[in-house]
Amino acid sequence: MSAKGAGGGHDWPLWEVFIRSKGGMAHRHVGSVHAPDPKLALAHARDTYTRRQEGISLWVIPSAAIIASDPADSGPLFEPAEDKVYRHPTFYDIPDVVKHI
Amino acid sequence: MPSLPIIENDQVAKAKTAPDGGAFDEPETFAADPLEDGYYDYLLRLGDDSLVLGQRLGEWCGHAPGLEVDLSLANVALDLIGQATHLLNKANNDDGDALAFHRDVLDFKNCLLVEQPNGDFARTMARQLLYSTWQHIHYRELSESPDPFLRGLAQKAVKEVAYHRELAADWTIRLGDGTEESAARMAGGLDWCWRFIPELFEVDDVLEGLIAMQLVPDPRGFEREYRAALGEVLAEAKLGVPADHRPILGGRRGHHSEHLGHLLAVMQHIPRLYPDSKW
Repeated sequence: MSAKGAGGGHDWPLWEVFIRSKGGMAHRHVGSVHAPDPKLALAHARDTYTRRQEGISLWVIPSAAIIASDPADSGPLFEPAEDKVYRHPTFYDIPDVVKHI
Repeated sequence: MPSLPIIENDQVAKAKTAPDGGAFDEPETFAADPLEDGYYDYLLRLGDDSLVLGQRLGEWCGHAPGLEVDLSLANVALDLIGQATHLLNKANNDDGDALAFHRDVLDFKNCLLVEQPNGDFARTMARQLLYSTWQHIHYRELSESPDPFLRGLAQKAVKEVAYHRELAADWTIRLGDGTEESAARMAGGLDWCWRFIPELFEVDDVLEGLIAMQLVPDPRGFEREYRAALGEVLAEAKLGVPADHRPILGGRRGHHSEHLGHLLAVMQHIPRLYPDSKW
């Protein structure tokens, strides 16, 4: 942490925050926080995103660790799926008791 | 002036004839229907600790280093003010606001540590580490009390305070084991706050009576654990243990530093200007 960071937190690294809202659910991305280290990133995530009982479990990961796709590549990456309607499981009847599909 | 006590002539006369040449007058309690004296005093001590520290942390609102820290300090402040609300309501027939906003400085029973000015962020964290570590062990023990109110309060608050303690320890380690400047500021903050530790373990007649009834924990029983816990955090933060300066006592008897009056003036002036207003 540089002297500048001590004054404003502007050079603290960014962390992505994921919350599991209840048992059995997957962690979902909810936003990001700035923090100087992993423990404080978790504390900041708790203080910023779980003030209203939003979850029972938290993950934080350094934003820099995310390998992101290039928006310029979205054509080759995603458009070929557009006409593959048979990949959707819409030809089956899903029983009512099965949730979260 | 909201927080200046009203000194009556007979009190001045009484002070002049006192054996020690003029100690403070007897603090007056405010409760309309005071509970048994020692118990009432104990509620004020814990309630005022939480109220004053909550108000101090609230002063960081909009000024903390970073939005996340702003939220984090406000969360801690709100936990503390929630505790104070329960304690002062209990002390005054559900009218804790009267105790919070219409008492003067000599009637406050908080320890001197919590009224100390915020200083820089490192000093605020030093104060928080010293107080939250004490409060956490204290409330953990208090959650075994045979008194249903104190037990219930402590069982709820001990979880909040465990988080405050952890947060303050994390920041102490981060700053102590950080840059040269952050380590110097953290050491300075700890040095400033260290002389207020002995007051946390002082046992006067009021506390002695409650301890004898086995209603509340004896702080002397956990001073060793407290100092060892601080020692662990400081070691991880690569900071030395500050020297023990001459202890400063008196907050529990209403003898406060000059800082508390200013804090109360800010906290109390609106309710005193508009005594019956609701918002």
